[in-house]
Parts: sequence; C-alpha cells; structure tokens
Amino acid sequence: MARLSDFSEAEKKHHLDKILDFPDFGETPIAEGPALAQRRVAIITTAGLHLRNDRPFDGGAADYRVIPGDAPAADLVMSHVSVNFDRTGFQEDLNVVFPLDRLRELADEGMVGAVADIHYSFMGATQMRALEAKARELAGLLKKDRVDAVLLSPV
Amino acid sequence: MGALGHYLEREGIPTAQISLIREQTAAIRPPRALWVPFMLGRPFGVPGDAAFQRRVLVALLSLFERKAGPLLEDYAEDAPAESLDAGGFACPVSFAGSAAADRGLAEALRDEVRQLASWHGLALRRRGRSTVGVFGPTVDAAVEHVVSFLDQHPQTPPVEGMTAGTAIKRACDDLRAYYFEAAAAQPGNLSSAAIDRWFWSDTAAARALFAIRDICLGSSDPSLRPLGKLSLIPRAVAEGRPR
Repeated sequence: MARLSDFSEAEKKHHLDKILDFPDFGETPIAEGPALAQRRVAIITTAGLHLRNDRPFDGGAADYRVIPGDAPAADLVMSHVSVNFDRTGFQEDLNVVFPLDRLRELADEGMVGAVADIHYSFMGATQMRALEAKARELAGLLKKDRVDAVLLSPV
Repeated sequence: MGALGHYLEREGIPTAQISLIREQTAAIRPPRALWVPFMLGRPFGVPGDAAFQRRVLVALLSLFERKAGPLLEDYAEDAPAESLDAGGFACPVSFAGSAAADRGLAEALRDEVRQLASWHGLALRRRGRSTVGVFGPTVDAAVEHVVSFLDQHPQTPPVEGMTAGTAIKRACDDLRAYYFEAAAAQPGNLSSAAIDRWFWSDTAAARALFAIRDICLGSSDPSLRPLGKLSLIPRAVAEGRPR
C-alpha cells in the first residue's frame, strides 16, 4: 500500500512536498564489487532499531546504533520518532524490517559470500545532510569489517 | 535512506536499498534501489512469511550484479491483502461499559492495561519477545508516567538529563506497543488496520494520547510542543482520515 496513488490526497501531498526540500546530491556514485557469492553483506536500517540496553533515539538524531549480528530478536526494540508507519509487522517478525535471518540463509546456501559481524541502525525522519558525517564514519568501519555490499532498509 | 546510499557509495561501499515511496527515491537517485509496493513499516513485505521475505531480499541483492546505475527497479509482487476477522474491523476485546471509565481517564487506562495483561502475556509466549521496553522494563512504568503527565504533575524523567518530551514520547510508544501486541494475540488473526482502528477508536489509551497531545501543544516547554504537533497521533488519525 505504499503506492502514492493509494494514499489520501493529504498524505500524498505530505510525501511529495518532502521532495521539494531534498538536497541535490549531484552525480550518483557507483562503487564496484566482486560477484554476489563473494560479497560480505551488512544491513543498515533507518527503522530506529537498537539493543534494548542501548540508548534510544531522540527526534532528529543523526547518529547510529550498533546491532551485533548475533543479537537475538528479543533484544531489539524500536525508538523511531514517527507514528506514521505500521509497527505491527515489526512486532510480529523482526525480519520484515531487518531481514538478518533471511540473509544468513542465503549465505548458508552460498548465494552471498558472508554476513557481516556488525550491522547498523539510524533513525529515519532525519535531515539528510545531517547523516553525512556519520555515514562517512560508518564507511570506514564497514571497510574494516571487509563489507562490500550494504542493504539499506527504511520504514 | 537514499542519502545514505550516496554517502556510503562515495566512500566506495556498494549499496542497494529498498524504496517505499518511489517518487522520493526517483528524486534522490541513489545507486541501486528496489521499489516495493508494501505498506510503510514493512520493507520486506509480510511478517511471518520467510519465503516472501526471501524473494524480496533476492531481488534486492540481484541489483549488485548490474553494472550500470543509478537503478530504480520495481518489485512486481504485492503483499497479500490481510484477512479481516469475520466482524470486519471489530476487535473481540471491548472496554465499553467498563466501570473504571466512570472513575476517570487514569483509572480507565490502568483498567485496560490490566485487562490486556493476559493477552500480552500470550503474545510474549508465542513470539518470544516484546517490543515494549523503550521507556522502562515494563508497561507499568510507562502507564504511571503517562498518568502523572495527565495529572499535570509529570514524574521526573527516568534518566538524568532526559527532557520531559523524550520521556513522555517513549512512555506513549511503549503503551501503544503493549496494546498492539496484546490485540494481535487475540483470536481472529486481526489485521494491522483492525488493530489500528480499535486502538484509536475504542481505548482509553488513545484518549490519553490525545489528551497528552493537547497538553504538549499548550506547553511552553520546547521539548513538548513539537511532540504534540507530529509525534504522538498519526496524521491520518488526527485529521480523521481512514488509514
């Protein structure tokens, strides 16, 4: 139901008006990597997920939280500021937002090379430019973890 | 989300993202994106359906095999429509006629939370987890913070330095999560829309959230006013639109 045509006129306008404030990112960069079966994959979500004992996100937060690859689903909670998206799916099954179990299955089958040891979470609904510094920091961490494919999952 | 794609890829990290609002992704032009026709909050489609999630994930990963970019592909498979219970949007648990309602909003809220406890316990047992716990370890901590706020004598935030806005927002989110998880455990496999409608139409908890919204809007505390405008009541509910 995320077709814009399915939204009410007010909701459609809300989402389209946001585009007017988007920064110009210029030319799209394209980084290359090996075949999928050789890649090490990490997930970055903007769902505001974090470990239960980690700091919840505040509104407008542009920093990230670390999600260990072996964190049980029961240890993850969500502190996204928005109340305008469905949370019942996440409450029922973490994988509908953060598909770590599915990714592990594909790694076991050899479709992807490996799953990263560490994954990351931001809180969406943040000014895009504010994310740049922490995204750069994250890129350095991902390289140290030998990650060469990142899946980005919004809510 | 698209911004992260630009920033990471500039640093040499290949990315592929799920897109939920196609028009926004098209404007940002991230390196690789798969637009999916699922409801906001469900980027991999269907909770509890591993095969469905896997198909989405495989389609997303396949974008790494493509050489040119930027890419914005459409995922063709819709999530199956959620089945509604036989009564349409009716939630079996009803608080109508509760004696506690006559004793004020705070008592009605506490009474609802008590009535839902066994359902929430069932949800916890089936799922092995609860997403309640951002404000405090149990929903009771959230309830008492909400009640103190309604009484205009809010408890001190549980962490030193935490604003009143952050504290009440987290308490409200825990309260909502508790109700939604409890309702989902009831017979009839209620859809998300059914639970949503029940919560916002029939519960003292929703009335409490509206009251807190109004307190925030009238407050001079800079941590409360924005909360009242944006972050307690969904836009569609506040504007009386169907969700």
